[in-house]
Amino acid sequence: MNIAEELLGGSRLALSRAITAIENEYDNAVEIMQKIYAHTGKAYVIGITGPPGAGKSTLTDKIAKAYRAMGKTIGIIAIDPTSPFSGGAILGDRIRMSELTLDEGIFIRSMGTRGSLGGLSRKTADAIKLMDAAGKDIILVETVGVGQSEVDIVKTADTTIVVMVPGLGDDIQAIKAGILEIGDVFAINKADREGVDKVCREIEMMLDLNQEQVLWRPPVRKVIASQNEGVNELLAAIDQHKNWLSESGELSVRRNERIKTELLAILNEQIGRYILTKVTDSGKFNELLHNVEARRVDPYSAVENILKDILR
Amino acid sequence: MEKRVRVLVAKPGLDGHDRGAKVVARGLRDAGFEVIYTGLRQTPEQIVGAAVDEDVNVVALSLLSGAHNHLFPRIVELLKEKGLSEALVIGGGVIPDSDIPSLKAAGVSEVFTPGTPISSIVEFINANVK
Repeated sequence: MNIAEELLGGSRLALSRAITAIENEYDNAVEIMQKIYAHTGKAYVIGITGPPGAGKSTLTDKIAKAYRAMGKTIGIIAIDPTSPFSGGAILGDRIRMSELTLDEGIFIRSMGTRGSLGGLSRKTADAIKLMDAAGKDIILVETVGVGQSEVDIVKTADTTIVVMVPGLGDDIQAIKAGILEIGDVFAINKADREGVDKVCREIEMMLDLNQEQVLWRPPVRKVIASQNEGVNELLAAIDQHKNWLSESGELSVRRNERIKTELLAILNEQIGRYILTKVTDSGKFNELLHNVEARRVDPYSAVENILKDILR
Repeated sequence: MEKRVRVLVAKPGLDGHDRGAKVVARGLRDAGFEVIYTGLRQTPEQIVGAAVDEDVNVVALSLLSGAHNHLFPRIVELLKEKGLSEALVIGGGVIPDSDIPSLKAAGVSEVFTPGTPISSIVEFINANVK
């Protein structure tokens, strides 16, 4: 079957198979991406990130339902960590989304990080494009539970929601660098718990100290995802951010930046592969390696030596 | 090309115990599989819907309620209908030996009853997955 054409024609199974193909780097993966690329760029991508147990999956479920009620079609990519030891993973985000499974307008895919450290999987960006080409209006990307520095989502999503909960630390946490810097909208979940006002105040303070974000001051919204409370207000905040992005021209700036980064990454990867096969095929590599191992040659000179041959 | 086996661990029907399913899920994770767990009380339609979106190679069903003779064959049938006929379907839980031949005839590849070591399940998957 021609996966790309069937995907564009709306086949659910073709979309699913296409994601497998790019994730496993099957032979047809590049061809699929080539065929669908012209059909991408229409979906709005929302990232949902935050620490483990903050309620990202539950909130994703509620956001999806709210957009569905407006008649939008949804793609969800839910990422969980891959074990660095076995390569296996438990992908359990669907547990909170089981009511969505029977909705024809919602497609949910779980992905393991497979060695990627930024909170996403290596192929998340391509999976987003496939869902986009398959006609999904909104794509929700739920990151792994993040600590402080897994911030790849900001390079991938149009609007990034940082989900926080009460009781995780004092206000010094709020002024550290990392995930708190990447939120376009903050959702303070489990807002029925003690300490919610304190966490809101600390985040508001952190945002007010930020000199650079005068153009967009991220709103902070309280939610109780498990009870579907505050979700409409959160959606309104996402909408405000979306409007600001398009009115200020920031949306195309960000998207173009993303395209440039992506182009460079693909180029980098291909050049890397090309050089690697050239180098290891030459036989000279092992000779140099032995010399470096014996400390007769330093690695920098060895690399210069190799590059001299390749880049002639 | 790095194929990774994806397994959907699912609990069809109405029983509320998933300790066994979780132990199996963890064991399969340690064997290097990507395990998607969907939680309790799933209908055959929900399980197959998840299997399609997740493009799994294996559907592992855990059931303790006694409804396996109805639910397992229904899931096999729906998988075929949705184009996932090559997915390996295996079952486990409290299933009488006398029911196993008819489940196999209905398209369930293997049934693992209590006491089965996880390694047997892993071996079976590795030997039979397409």
